[in-house]
Amino acid sequence: MCLGIPGQVVTVDRLKNWAVVESFGVQKKVSIHLIDEEVVQGEYLMVHAGCAIGKINVDDAQETLKLFEEAYFDKQE
Amino acid sequence: MINRNDPEIGKKVLQKLAGLADQAARELGRPPVLMEICGTHTVAVSRSGIRSLLKDCLVLKSGPGCPVCVTDQSDIDRIILLSRQPGVVIATFGDMLRVPGTYSSLEQERARQAKAEIFYSPLEAVDFAEKYPGEQVVFLGIGFETTTPAIALSIRQARKQGLPNYSVFSINKVVPPVMKVLLSDSELGVDGFILPGHVCTITGRKAFDFISAEYNKPAVIAGFEPVDVLEAVCLLLKQIIERQARTVNGYTRLVQEEGNKKAREIMNQIFDPADVYWRGFGLVEGSGLKINRDYADYDASLRFPVEIDTVSSQSNFGCACGDVLKGKINPGDCPLFAKRCTPLWPVGPCMVSSEGACAAYYQYELS
Ligand code: SF4
Repeated sequence: MCLGIPGQVVTVDRLKNWAVVESFGVQKKVSIHLIDEEVVQGEYLMVHAGCAIGKINVDDAQETLKLFEEAYFDKQE
Repeated sequence: MINRNDPEIGKKVLQKLAGLADQAARELGRPPVLMEICGTHTVAVSRSGIRSLLKDCLVLKSGPGCPVCVTDQSDIDRIILLSRQPGVVIATFGDMLRVPGTYSSLEQERARQAKAEIFYSPLEAVDFAEKYPGEQVVFLGIGFETTTPAIALSIRQARKQGLPNYSVFSINKVVPPVMKVLLSDSELGVDGFILPGHVCTITGRKAFDFISAEYNKPAVIAGFEPVDVLEAVCLLLKQIIERQARTVNGYTRLVQEEGNKKAREIMNQIFDPADVYWRGFGLVEGSGLKINRDYADYDASLRFPVEIDTVSSQSNFGCACGDVLKGKINPGDCPLFAKRCTPLWPVGPCMVSSEGACAAYYQYELS
């Protein structure tokens, strides 16, 4: 139906509650009504049906992948 | 960003996973059975080949996670009648167009006289209503917790702009109540659940704690890259091996313990819980969302009341979508699968929706 698409914030208009995000090289205006925290250029948002539904924590993404790799492969290699 | 799509990582994890699955199988005395509860996971699992690669050591079932698929036949029939109302333009996500009702589909209606427009976002449908004041734009409110806040926003926006020609036909649903129905089914035989990451972004992890706390089953919230799914499967197998049952957040880069409060506030401002019908499940208490009294003027079911004959609203002959959605059978077990029912000529919604289990198995797993 509608996939969640991650996008990086290019510009933000907090007054009108929208941001332009870039996903896979395409820029799109999305609503940030549902995001309570501040939205800053360069951050990643998960966008669903034209609305950002949450911020993606990139550090966390890298960290968990590292932990996962350690937990599952190091012993084998 | 990081690459969670990396085939090298995938390959290594798969080996590890097969070992864990064997251990879990020894613990259970049979291969472990896991279920994904999200249409996007169904597609990810089929497309990446995870399901077929693991089929010898682990069963991965699909559950009621495709919003189009779980829409009851009576609601499809209501939508068809709605599309026939003079002046109405149905505004919808694309997947709804081809879903066959008892007598017709929106696509067939459109070929006759009805108007139906596809939108990526309900907010675009509001813009459309503003642009065409002579049309009555009825948005088909379909989806789970992930999509409902956007639909709620569209209603707020329409009110803010004073648009008299925008309304929503809500068949929106929430996931936890149907999970409870699944979990109460003694025949289900599922050992662990892969939970929908984007639904949980809104609800928070806690909303699904009941799976482990009340039903003693392990559950893991997962993202949608192949590595995310593999990671979730590993976390579930570990719990099975260690005889634990916890509801774990495996998608910490997006899902918060408390979820997205703001989104829930907006949702609750406009919708009230309701008892609604699900395909395959029947009436599920508190599982639907009805537009509340304060926003009743945006409720398409009140603005354009349509009467269907519920007795004659019947699932298409021979279609086993109901059993597929409950995880009782696999798409391939339906006698019509890939014979009379294909994506080109779908018999049931599970073959229509891009997130439907039948469509996913057809496209990626038919060898
Ligand atoms: S294969 Fe077609 S007819 Fe069979 S359950 Fe799936 S959608 Fe229904």
